[in-house]
Amino acid sequence: MSNKLRLGVFKFASCDGCQLSLLNAEDELLALAEKLEIAHFLEASSIIGAGPFDVSLVEGSISTEADLQRIKDVRRLSKTLITIGACATSGGIQALRNGASYEEFVRAVYPSPEFIHSLETATPISQHVPVDFELRGCPVNTKQLVQILVDHLHGRRIRVPNHSVCRDCKLSGTVCVTVARGLPCLGPVTQAGCGAICPEFTRGCYGCYGPAHQSNPSSLMAWLSGHQHPVEQLVPLLQNFNAAAPAFSNAAKELQEGARR
Amino acid sequence: MTTTPANDPPVSAWTTAPIVLRSTKAETPGVFTAEFEFKCEQDAARFASRPGQFNMLYCPGYGESAISLSRVCENSQRLVHTIRSVGDVTNRLARLKIGEIIGLRGPFGNGWPDFPDDLQHLIVVGGGIGLAPLRPVIEQFLASHMATRELTVLVGARSCEHLLFAGEYQSWRDSGATVIATVDRSAPEWKGEVGVVPALIDRLNIRDPAETQLFACGPEIMMSYSATAALDRDIPRDNIWFSMERHMNCAIGHCGRCQFGSHFICTSGPVFRYNDVQQLLTIHGL
Amino acid sequence: MTSPLFLPVAELPKLLARLLELGYKVIAPTIDQEAIVYSEIQSVEDLPRGWTDEQEPGHYRIKPTSNDRYFDYVVGPHSWKKYLFPPLQLISRAISGEEGWTFETCSDAPEQLAFLGVRACELAAMKIQDRVFLDGAYVDTGYQRRREGSFVIAVNCSVASPNCFCTSMNSGPRCKTGFDLALTELDDGMFVEVGSSRGQDVIEPLSLHAATTQHLNSAENLYARTVSQVSKHLNTDDLRNRLMSNLNDGKWDSVAERCLSCTNCTMVCPTCFCSHVSEVPSLDETVVERQRKWDSCFNLEFTAVHGTPVRNDVRSRYRQWLTHKLATWHDQFGESGCVGCGRCITWCPVGIDLTVEVNAICGGES
Repeated sequence: MSNKLRLGVFKFASCDGCQLSLLNAEDELLALAEKLEIAHFLEASSIIGAGPFDVSLVEGSISTEADLQRIKDVRRLSKTLITIGACATSGGIQALRNGASYEEFVRAVYPSPEFIHSLETATPISQHVPVDFELRGCPVNTKQLVQILVDHLHGRRIRVPNHSVCRDCKLSGTVCVTVARGLPCLGPVTQAGCGAICPEFTRGCYGCYGPAHQSNPSSLMAWLSGHQHPVEQLVPLLQNFNAAAPAFSNAAKELQEGARR
Repeated sequence: MTTTPANDPPVSAWTTAPIVLRSTKAETPGVFTAEFEFKCEQDAARFASRPGQFNMLYCPGYGESAISLSRVCENSQRLVHTIRSVGDVTNRLARLKIGEIIGLRGPFGNGWPDFPDDLQHLIVVGGGIGLAPLRPVIEQFLASHMATRELTVLVGARSCEHLLFAGEYQSWRDSGATVIATVDRSAPEWKGEVGVVPALIDRLNIRDPAETQLFACGPEIMMSYSATAALDRDIPRDNIWFSMERHMNCAIGHCGRCQFGSHFICTSGPVFRYNDVQQLLTIHGL
Repeated sequence: MTSPLFLPVAELPKLLARLLELGYKVIAPTIDQEAIVYSEIQSVEDLPRGWTDEQEPGHYRIKPTSNDRYFDYVVGPHSWKKYLFPPLQLISRAISGEEGWTFETCSDAPEQLAFLGVRACELAAMKIQDRVFLDGAYVDTGYQRRREGSFVIAVNCSVASPNCFCTSMNSGPRCKTGFDLALTELDDGMFVEVGSSRGQDVIEPLSLHAATTQHLNSAENLYARTVSQVSKHLNTDDLRNRLMSNLNDGKWDSVAERCLSCTNCTMVCPTCFCSHVSEVPSLDETVVERQRKWDSCFNLEFTAVHGTPVRNDVRSRYRQWLTHKLATWHDQFGESGCVGCGRCITWCPVGIDLTVEVNAICGGES
């Protein structure tokens, strides 16, 4: 037995992009491999390692009966369970079905809906098993992912900054796209982590990292809808990769209700 | 060796001095005392602390933590820090091996006030780890003032195993101090007081309240109630002092983190006259 | 000092050339990202000549003017603090060797910067940060070096935006002190005041004529016109006490409902100085750098003691910012922390106006 920490990487309903973020850390992975044994990572290797795992990274949301059982097994076999990405942390884009009719969706999308055996909702991992840390992002940031693994290896508390994207725009000198160009942007209510990429390229933030702590999307939406941004544009902005994150879904609901009145 | 680029003033407030761990001693659950020595003589020579001051102890990769000195350090003596393991830095400090090097900036903060000439009675109130920055005061007082003045040490803790420096109370008593310890939760082996610290102040024999000083360090609620109890005993407001805690990052009044009303705890404090913080303590989330 | 001079508009390039020849890197307003920002320029062509800005709470646009003035706008999203107190600074470095850790204190290579186009409110903001970083018990040596090394060319404002309230804060629009040179842009050139011997040394070789009485009158008229354009007002009478006696007021809840706690106001503020030093280790943790970054009292982690934030709601964080800026700043530094530049109003994504909030919280009257 080696003294290395055993790492497991597991996928649920997702696009694999967050696992790729881990694979993208090519240089760092080699260095990490001295301290970390990658025991189970199907995206990288066909070796199916058995548990237990010191650290498990879980990508994806819970979308099927089988997943519901499998996540409990993963939890049982994992000392520390970290979810990676918007799907695992808030349900992902597939959680858009949560508020709609599942039957209708299945009929509309699949030619043979009778073969589809999904749950009616796509839900975050934390709704089913205790989670030790949720790393945000769609996809997660490679640097943050490596950093939390390194922090864990050194016995430090796993954490990432939870401030808004705005601070990163300001640190890099990016001029606010909402104030100076009138673009709708979720940056003020979204947790940083991406490096404020979209505003740097003249786009509003899409909220990939989910709501910042104690964020206030209702106020931002009230302001934007009062300043020539139609509700039909703002609701889809909130209903992206973190549509089911409570702060975003509540703000979307308020906008829709306000528009109906 | 600490290196500094030639065009920089000799000692910037960010200059970190290497210090070496010489010994550790477990105190109470999660609390230990560590003794360090400066690696470089010139760093040791220029270091002198007052009771109540703190250092920024630095574990590379983990960060800095503001830790008060639990013994006065001057004339190249050892740096003594009593530390509670609660975060990344303090947990790392708890894992240090003898001979390991960490960094230090300091000393910072104002420290406890000088004893006034007419002082008759000093009451020291320490709750939990809050006794650590008070021990230098106690030791200084015992060393030079006991002949003419009175010292009362009131110590509070969750339970008797959490009473800090419990092994030293008897020697403080032997030197003439009154030491009363109280715990929130009793235990079969505990023969002492049960209850909150401020209640002890109600019962003290205070002969000359106007010439009595009270120094408190611990949870804010304990300090506030101790002050109220002291005022009831006619100790003047100006004679009551608190040592406050807020998160500190720079320790030099430049980062804004430890702001408390009109004060930066790091530079205007950590020790404040009760009058200067009394109002602020009543405001939630200040 | 010399009496005021006149720099014909065609000779403005000579002033720039002189600065470049002296080895200064010239930082000035220029158009980038649909805004007038501060950035390095090589020629007067880089200045936003013929452009102005339009500002309202939560709103900023640049637009062409009908004139060809160089400085016909107010302040934009950037402030000079990004040069004097950079958003990212390397503080120190720890290196692991055979005998354990060694520590180095780091300092940036000093650059000789000339700031062209500094407004009166910005001169006031620099003085305020001087008190924070230079006048306390500890001196920020990096700030000191950058500040002493910079050459300041102020420009008097020829317009005011609806968010300007420098007249309330006694910080403008007229530049009175704190510059090496001050320009007032007239129809045919610059009315030049010399504020220091360094300014004198820079301007002397340009052999300018003295300004005429007519120039002086035009400049005075321009100052008066700008003052008359300042429409926003903050009643500062006894403001410190009015705010501090309303700390528990329920009206803070109203602004907390709108505030996003996004940090924009503090980031654009030319006097806000909060920062945080964090660890930046190499992967094997044998070299660890400490990096100092702009931080904000609006961040939840800012006050965390043992993981629990002291200011655990937007209300207490907004209150901290506003009362620090306008009240406790007086106690700490002997003056207000606000210069009335209006940036926090313009760049708030939901247009929160501190002058309106002050009136709501403690009334407009003292």
